[in-house]
Amino acid sequence: MNALIYILLAVGALFNGLGALALLRFPDVYTRIHGATKCTTFGSIFSIVGVVVYGFSQGGGEGGTLAVHALLALFFLLLTNPTGSHALARGAYRGGIKPAQAVVDRLEKGKR
Amino acid sequence: MRRLAVWAATAVFALVVYLLLTMWTGTWGLWSLSELIAGAVMSCIVGAACGGLLWERGGWRMLMPHRWLLLVLYVGPLFVAMARANIDVAWRVITGNIRPGIVRFDPQLKTDLARTILANSITLTPGTLTVDVSEHSGAFYVHWINVTDDSPTPEQVCGGFPAWARRIAE
Repeated sequence: MNALIYILLAVGALFNGLGALALLRFPDVYTRIHGATKCTTFGSIFSIVGVVVYGFSQGGGEGGTLAVHALLALFFLLLTNPTGSHALARGAYRGGIKPAQAVVDRLEKGKR
Repeated sequence: MRRLAVWAATAVFALVVYLLLTMWTGTWGLWSLSELIAGAVMSCIVGAACGGLLWERGGWRMLMPHRWLLLVLYVGPLFVAMARANIDVAWRVITGNIRPGIVRFDPQLKTDLARTILANSITLTPGTLTVDVSEHSGAFYVHWINVTDDSPTPEQVCGGFPAWARRIAE
């Protein structure tokens, strides 16, 4: 059981690390949000599933409570994060930041 | 009068969700008094804040129970798409091989809820990011990290998501 928890945490940490690397390597705000999305999806899913497995393997009332709370946190994270990312991207575009290295920008033609 | 009914319905719905989440907190019953009071206050706030938005365009469709079942089933395909996109974007982070751009497509969804589900699914998948949704035409403006087509079909950008959003909320 411990091995499974370690594997889950390692995968989560790997994807979180790649997300952080994406912040350094990508050219502008939109592509960096793609990198950040990777953290919130696979990074947090695997880390939190690790916590859930730990909670259930501990057993009893406390472990179960921990697991259920972690699952709820994951649920709400996945529900609210895209809304925040969308607000950031829309705000950035309205604020006049053009996508860097863009091969096509339909929003510019579509709106103005 | 109708507005009041809409607010009340939303507040009751929020209260039910709150009570389901905070079950078994009381010492003598299912809920403690403080939870009940906090839930009542919060659901009133939620009802006043979102009542006008929730039922405007087809929100009542979610009263059908089979739509909730579909919403739960949707986790499967969403997770598969998310896994594939995660590995794809992970590779792009390492190699730096990107071709970004904002593309436009029209998934032809009518209800607000279907658009919200689709926009959130697109943003949750690494590699695609909803920048804007046109209120009138329902067109999606999506920042795509690997543009293969300047005027793509919805399926090219986000696979089966539009079909699922239609199934759940239209």
